[in-house]
Amino acid sequence: MIVFPGSNCDRDMAEAIRLTSGRAPAMIWHREAELPEGLDLIAVPGGFSYGDYLRSGAMAAQSPVMRAVAAAAERGVTVLGVCNGFQVLTEAGLLPGALMRNAGIRFVCRDVPLKVENSQSAFTSHYAAGEEILVPVAHHDGNYQADAETLDRLEGEGRVVFRYADSVNGSARGIAGILNAAGNVLGMMPHPERAVEPAHGRTDGRRLFEGLLEADGQPA
Amino acid sequence: MRVRIFVTLKTGVLDPQGKAIHHALEGLGFAGVNDARAGKLIELDLAEDMTDAAIDEMCRKLLANMVIENYRVEKVAA
Repeated sequence: MIVFPGSNCDRDMAEAIRLTSGRAPAMIWHREAELPEGLDLIAVPGGFSYGDYLRSGAMAAQSPVMRAVAAAAERGVTVLGVCNGFQVLTEAGLLPGALMRNAGIRFVCRDVPLKVENSQSAFTSHYAAGEEILVPVAHHDGNYQADAETLDRLEGEGRVVFRYADSVNGSARGIAGILNAAGNVLGMMPHPERAVEPAHGRTDGRRLFEGLLEADGQPA
Repeated sequence: MRVRIFVTLKTGVLDPQGKAIHHALEGLGFAGVNDARAGKLIELDLAEDMTDAAIDEMCRKLLANMVIENYRVEKVAA
């Protein structure tokens, strides 16, 4: 679990991972230039890293730990970025495109229906393709944008994993979550870690973590 | 050396903040506002021997997100 100054979903995410895997993740501060050996998963959490200064995720993307995350992603380690984590991954160049201010200007904080577009990824193997799930969003800058060529490529390669079923933030083609070309890095604005146990009011996010747990990946 | 770096959204990129500013100006009764675009101004105080290439690299690596933004560097006379 990567932790930046201003991260605020790191503990929720760590708890979701602990609940589903039975193991508590190591919390890694942004100044660390090296990650532990034998990584199963790197989680980049939501929040307001570095106060969202300059652009959401822009400062965090330049932190020492993100160079180590990029190197691990290159080796094939699974990386999950949620909300601010998604913004950080795009700013760091691990995922294409950019997350801009919501088209409606307002911060959006509510449950949103999501369509699972690709159930073949390590992140979504416990969902059915075309299934609709309910997951909360809480963001100001979730409006995903990329040039038409990039969007076509993402769609054509099955890398649009989650799509908003309703209008939420103005995202191009309703994109809520995307994979990198190798399929081991997922960025998504909705918060699966906030929907893992009945007390959350919904549990549709739980299967993302359960799917990852089952994915046939060796620690890298 | 002082430089001003203007970071603006690329043409065609929807600018929700500019749109809100536009609406607000209209709401105040200002007629004839055709459009509004919001951007950033970043002022840097740099060593005199800083090269243009280094300034460009700063802009591309951090100050602007080249996916959605453009930048323009203006040197300020001492």
